[in-house]
Amino acid sequence: MKIVVCIKQVPAKDAPLSITDASWIRETDIGFEMNEPDSYALEEALRLKEKHGGEVIAVSMGPERVKQTIKEALAKGADRGMHIADDKAHTLDPLGAAKSLAVAIEREKPDLVLTGLQSDDQGFGQTGVLLAELLGLPHATLIMQIDAKDGGLRVKRELEAGWFQWIEMPMPAVLTIQSGINKVRYATLKGIMAAKKKEISTMTRESLGVAHEPTQRIERIYVPSKTKKTEFLTGTPKEAAAKLVEKLKHEARVL
Amino acid sequence: MNILLITEQRDAQWNKISFETLAAAQQIAAETGSRLAAVVIGSGVAALAGELAASKLDEVLLVEHGLLAAYTPDGYTIALRQAIAHAKPDLVLLPHTYQVRDFAPKLAASLGKGMIGDCIACRNENGKLIFVRQMFQGKTASDVVFEGAGPWFATFQAGAFRADLAAQGASKAAVTPISVDLQPEQIRTRPLELFREAKQAVDLTQAPILVAVGRGIKAPENIPLAEKLAKILGGELAASRPICDEGWLPMDRQIGSSGQTVAPKLYLALGISGAIQHVVGMKGSRTIVAINKDQNAPIFEIADYGIVGDLFEIVPALTEELEKNQGI
Repeated sequence: MKIVVCIKQVPAKDAPLSITDASWIRETDIGFEMNEPDSYALEEALRLKEKHGGEVIAVSMGPERVKQTIKEALAKGADRGMHIADDKAHTLDPLGAAKSLAVAIEREKPDLVLTGLQSDDQGFGQTGVLLAELLGLPHATLIMQIDAKDGGLRVKRELEAGWFQWIEMPMPAVLTIQSGINKVRYATLKGIMAAKKKEISTMTRESLGVAHEPTQRIERIYVPSKTKKTEFLTGTPKEAAAKLVEKLKHEARVL
Repeated sequence: MNILLITEQRDAQWNKISFETLAAAQQIAAETGSRLAAVVIGSGVAALAGELAASKLDEVLLVEHGLLAAYTPDGYTIALRQAIAHAKPDLVLLPHTYQVRDFAPKLAASLGKGMIGDCIACRNENGKLIFVRQMFQGKTASDVVFEGAGPWFATFQAGAFRADLAAQGASKAAVTPISVDLQPEQIRTRPLELFREAKQAVDLTQAPILVAVGRGIKAPENIPLAEKLAKILGGELAASRPICDEGWLPMDRQIGSSGQTVAPKLYLALGISGAIQHVVGMKGSRTIVAINKDQNAPIFEIADYGIVGDLFEIVPALTEELEKNQGI
């Protein structure tokens, strides 16, 4: 089974974010990491390969730094990487981003395309579904289990409020993976060493021949204004705790 | 403008968030002097269309077909494209549900159009519609505008608008059936029955006090710290999604869009940053307390009381203080 898994690199979870030119964040001085929902998709791809054989290709789009995330995927067991070099990737709308990815993926003719459910930065949550449409493939989203057999798939889709549903579908297909589907592995030292010899091919929007008129534009990014006034309780832990109990008893009257 | 609202139902039962989006659509239609039509899609849903027609809107489009009885992204996309061809909307609005996330980007892309998803507000600035959505897990907000020609697609997050503000009409709107051309072979996925996993052990919606832990709890060994606090408060233990994903607490303790939605009288968020997926499940709580080391954590935007600091120091101090108060 040939699997392409889409991986985004996003600011590290604890990175202090500051807004620069009102349309994006300051990228210097912060760390980046693999988008957590995508790490579940990668893990699922690796498990499917271990079970059914085949190849896992990790694709990521963005500036030079995203190669680090591709290398991490290779260290965990992906066979090769594709880097769509694009310094302006963060200015793309969801459809524009998906168009570049779709052209790169189509060349590989994969049996399965996996993505995380959304990114922890822009959080559009559209890439997988858009890829399915652009590639002309069937899809299912928020998948919690994948059974592959006889050239087809049986997948468990999560619905709201604790409901699930099994869906049968043919391959090739696109699936977006729900976080928590599996336990993500760590890269081993052996894996890290092996990754050094693995290939990362580089392409660009231009080399892929993708032209895109944006359908939407972010005008401004800002720290949201508070809807509620938070009363901060200060002091030593003991003092703050005492103040809180006092407030909960006599002001909020919930104790 | 022409605005088209796409509602959601399952087995002829409304997904109530449809009425929040109806309220949004009515508000945008009023501000922009637009015509508002709404789609009811499914099989055997004529009664729902009749019910919706009592709302303040201009027309209800009834999109029915036997192959739409069970939701599929292919079936919905093909049928809704026909409704859109009929209604010729400039703006298509949908509730941001799991189902909408599954088909709406595809529907928009099939028309070569884009979608602004998961919006929390929309405002009209001199005829230009500005959609507000969160980014970076709620740490920032962004103003987003559409570019190019419509139809434009936008979805609204649960809780962004109030369903009780959806207005009834002076008279019933017309219900127009749309004939749908849909063939079985066009639907590539086969949905099976819906089911639930093992019966939920705890019903967190009934708990008056909840102590919820997030990533800040760091390790499963630290959960008893929160458990002890929950016990002395007479409350239940809850968690954000990552904690349940890690298996530190069972899935039935999860609060948020994929877990339970709660509104207790007291909600203590320990080491929870306040990503929107969590916040939508608990923002209705009467009193919210947040303890977090990051003073910029979005959870503080909805907290009544906040303590910035190390929860491993504050939680034991709080437990001790409560014990003292109870004379134990």
